[in-house]
Amino acid sequence: MTKTAERKPPAHAAAVPAPAPPPARDRRRRRLADQARAYGFLFGGLLCFALFSWYPAIRAVVIAFQEYTPGSPPEWAGTANFTRVLHDPEFTAAWRNTLTFTLLALLIGFAIPFVLALVLNELRHAKAFFRVAVYLPVMIPPVVSALLWKWFYDPGAGLANETLRFLHLPTSNWTNGTDTALVSLVLVATWANMGGTVLVYLAALQSIPGELYEAAELDGANLLQRVRHVTVPQTRFVVLMLMLLQIIATMQVFTEPFVITGGGPENATVTVLYLIYKYAFLYNDFGGACALSVLLLLLLGAFSAVYLRLTRSEGDA
Amino acid sequence: MTTGTRTLISPAALARPRGKAVYWTVFTAVAVLFALAFLFPVYWMVTGAVKSPDEVARTPPTLLPEHWHLTAYSDAWNLMELPRHLENTLVQAAGAWAFQLVFCTAAAYSLSRLKPAFGKVVLGGILATLMVPAQALVVPKYLTVADLPLIHTSLLDDPLAVWLPAVANAFNLYLLKRFFDQLPRDVLEAAEIDGAGRLRILWSVVLPMSRPVLGVVSIFALVAVWQDFLWPLMVFSDTGEQPISVALVQLSQNIQLTVLIAAMVIASIPMVALFLVFQRHIIAGISAGSTKG
Repeated sequence: MTKTAERKPPAHAAAVPAPAPPPARDRRRRRLADQARAYGFLFGGLLCFALFSWYPAIRAVVIAFQEYTPGSPPEWAGTANFTRVLHDPEFTAAWRNTLTFTLLALLIGFAIPFVLALVLNELRHAKAFFRVAVYLPVMIPPVVSALLWKWFYDPGAGLANETLRFLHLPTSNWTNGTDTALVSLVLVATWANMGGTVLVYLAALQSIPGELYEAAELDGANLLQRVRHVTVPQTRFVVLMLMLLQIIATMQVFTEPFVITGGGPENATVTVLYLIYKYAFLYNDFGGACALSVLLLLLLGAFSAVYLRLTRSEGDA
Repeated sequence: MTTGTRTLISPAALARPRGKAVYWTVFTAVAVLFALAFLFPVYWMVTGAVKSPDEVARTPPTLLPEHWHLTAYSDAWNLMELPRHLENTLVQAAGAWAFQLVFCTAAAYSLSRLKPAFGKVVLGGILATLMVPAQALVVPKYLTVADLPLIHTSLLDDPLAVWLPAVANAFNLYLLKRFFDQLPRDVLEAAEIDGAGRLRILWSVVLPMSRPVLGVVSIFALVAVWQDFLWPLMVFSDTGEQPISVALVQLSQNIQLTVLIAAMVIASIPMVALFLVFQRHIIAGISAGSTKG
């Protein structure tokens, strides 16, 4: 406060006589000082982005064309990494699994949250309970939910088969069967991540103006017609956004297959990111890992570009 | 937004006896479904850890533990060295939070208010990283951390390997920048006329006005590190440095089931507690962030 008092008089004094324009050299010096300060504030953040975002992105592309072993100088390898990776039978399995996983996650993890949000929005009691309950699994560390479900899927005393037995239904192999393993993992991912989606849908539903429903009802629209002609068009944008985000997220799935199945049985749950991890840390083949990363990057980059395009255009409107 | 808002079903329809009956049936069904789907697995985990090893393996299982054994919890705490791994996680999360708060706030403030030359290019470069999914770059990022360019130092098995990459968070930086953009200009200018330096303006004018966004960024920063698995799995090969998420998976192979389950419960407590304390803010944050884009 004392500082303020000291500095005020010159400002007042300057106001009385016409202030002389500062010489050009002073102005330039001040501008330089301003820039130095601006970059001083920016420096730490910029350095981290350069080191851990921009540089790795460039490096992924470079190493993808190199024979790279840590400690020895890299050698150019042309497209050898790509051909080697493409001829790996696990490559096809990993991409097929990742795409199937993403598709199933969309089918299961998409319709269910929407319906749940729709119903929750109509309930007028215990709102906090429903929101907390649905979001609780999201706050449990992903590793814990993976280990938890690994135990549930245990063919012996696991909760999943116990429940089926209790309901007198045939038991399943869950993660031990080549045809059920992937679906079992999708269920885990859906359980663990659904809370966020439900909350976002709820927010979107709450922003629909009530007059639209009233008008539709006056026009004689029944419940399903109101959902179809009011709710769906009004939330279409948020739904599309979340769908793209979910595609990007599930294409990078790693924790569930790594913890629960280890990629098995018979590569039934190897995902692309898991394969990248294997190339780098099991085969010590960093060139192959980077070639795979570049392929994943290209595909996901395209999805991200669509996402940003859509959000940008909505923001302008 | 409150109870008066008209939704899909009109209040009049709900007031009728038939409407009331349908409403309470649906309400009960949803409440039971939520309890079974989301709370029961958690209940099963918490009680599974107090059962004896025989009881956990029994079919059909017992809904309530016959005897309450707390030995699994104490075994997990001691045998799996949970205090050390919890401490590692805490150090990694707290450091990442602090680094992010200092460097992201300073950078966001500079980009928003100090007009650095090429500021638009820098911001574009930062936003472009949003298009690049983080996990896809994990291998070259690992190679960078293992041998930093120019200074040729390795950050492996060092908490800095979590702290520094955490700063490169375009989402949080952008959130801060957008908030700073919207602060009233006259307040900042008044501070400037009063002769306050940039750092002083940031510290005693901008930051106190930015509490809500700082809260959101803090929660995001803490949760992200606490929940992360692949990155710490790569950079911490030394067991003594591993966070609890990595340690749980590494130790899960050779440990008694009840002890593992107890360790899982312990690992979940901090985040679930954080959620229950801040649930209003967290839920409001998710809801608001999504509709505003």
